[in-house]
Amino acid sequence: MNSWFAILAASTAVFSWKYFGHLVPRRFLDSKFLQKLAGFLTIALLAGLVGVQTFVGTNSKTSAPEVVFDARFAALILAAILLKLRAPFIVIVIAAAATAALLRLAF
Amino acid sequence: MTTSAGKVSNVALSVGLATGVYGISFGALSVTAGFDIWQTIALSVLMFSGGSQFAFVAVGLADLTTAATSAWLVGVRNGFYALSLAPILETKGVRKILAAQLTIDESAAVSTSRETLAEQRKGFWLTGISVFVFWNLATVMGAFLGQQIGDPETFGLDAAAAAALFALVWPRIQKSAGAIIAGTAIVTSVLFSLVLPSGPPVLIGAFIAVVVGFLLNRGKGE
Repeated sequence: MNSWFAILAASTAVFSWKYFGHLVPRRFLDSKFLQKLAGFLTIALLAGLVGVQTFVGTNSKTSAPEVVFDARFAALILAAILLKLRAPFIVIVIAAAATAALLRLAF
Repeated sequence: MTTSAGKVSNVALSVGLATGVYGISFGALSVTAGFDIWQTIALSVLMFSGGSQFAFVAVGLADLTTAATSAWLVGVRNGFYALSLAPILETKGVRKILAAQLTIDESAAVSTSRETLAEQRKGFWLTGISVFVFWNLATVMGAFLGQQIGDPETFGLDAAAAAALFALVWPRIQKSAGAIIAGTAIVTSVLFSLVLPSGPPVLIGAFIAVVVGFLLNRGKGE
C-alpha cells in the first residue's frame, strides 16, 4: 500500500468515529447504560494506553514484546506523586520526561 | 479535587502546552520510523488523535494495512467522547465537522470536568483549538528534531507521553470503581500486548475492564 494512501485512509477512518458520535440522535444519550459505557470506556482506554506505553518493552535479543519496569515506570510513579500534590499538568509532563532521561543517562 | 480546577482558558492553554511536549515526541518518532516531514504533518492535522497516530507510526511502513487498522481501532474512544459531547455542544453543519475533528482525549476530559454548560462548551472549544495548534507546531518541531536526535527516548519523550495520559485519567480514578476499571485495563492491555500487535490489546483490555465496571456497578443504581 502507498504510504500517502494509508495516511489518508487511516485519517478518514479515525475521523469517522468522531463524526458518527456527533450524529447519533440525542435520545440514545438519555440511556443510563450508554452514559456509563462511555464513562467506563474512557477510563479503560486511557488507562490501557498508559499501561502499554509504560510497561511494554521490547526484548533486546529476540525483539519480542515483554513486561518491563524501567525508567518509564519511575517517571509514572513521580507523576502520581505530583498529581497527588496537585501540581500543574505541564510540570508533571516535564518532570516525567526529565526523570526518564536522567535515569537512562545514569544507567 | 482535580488538577483541572481553575480558569478554563488557563486549563486549555496548559493542556495544549503539555500535549505539545507529547507532539514533539510524535514528530520525532514518526520521522525516525521512516515517514517524511510532510506525511508526519499530515498525520497530525488530519488524523489528530495522539493514540491513533502513535499506533500508526509504531507499526509503520513495515505493514501499512495493520498500521491503518490499528489507528482506526485505537480511535474508537473518540466516538464515545463525541457521544457524550454532542448534547453539550449542539453543533450543526460545518461546526459539527470542526467539533468532530477536535473531539479527542484532552478536549473531552476538560469539558467533562467542568460544572456548568457554558464552561463545558468553552472547555471543549478552547482545549480543542489549543491542543490542535500546539500539537501541530510541536509535530513540525519534533519532525525536524527527529532528524537530529535519532532516538526520542534519550529525552524521556515516551515517558512524558505516558505521564500526560495518566494525568488525564487521574481525576476519573479517584473513586474505587474508576480505579478498579483502570487497574484491570492496565493489566489486561499489557498482557495482551505480549501476544498481539499494537492496537487491539488496548481495545480488548478496555472491553474486559468495562465488563468489570458493569459487574461492580450492578445493583448500585447510582
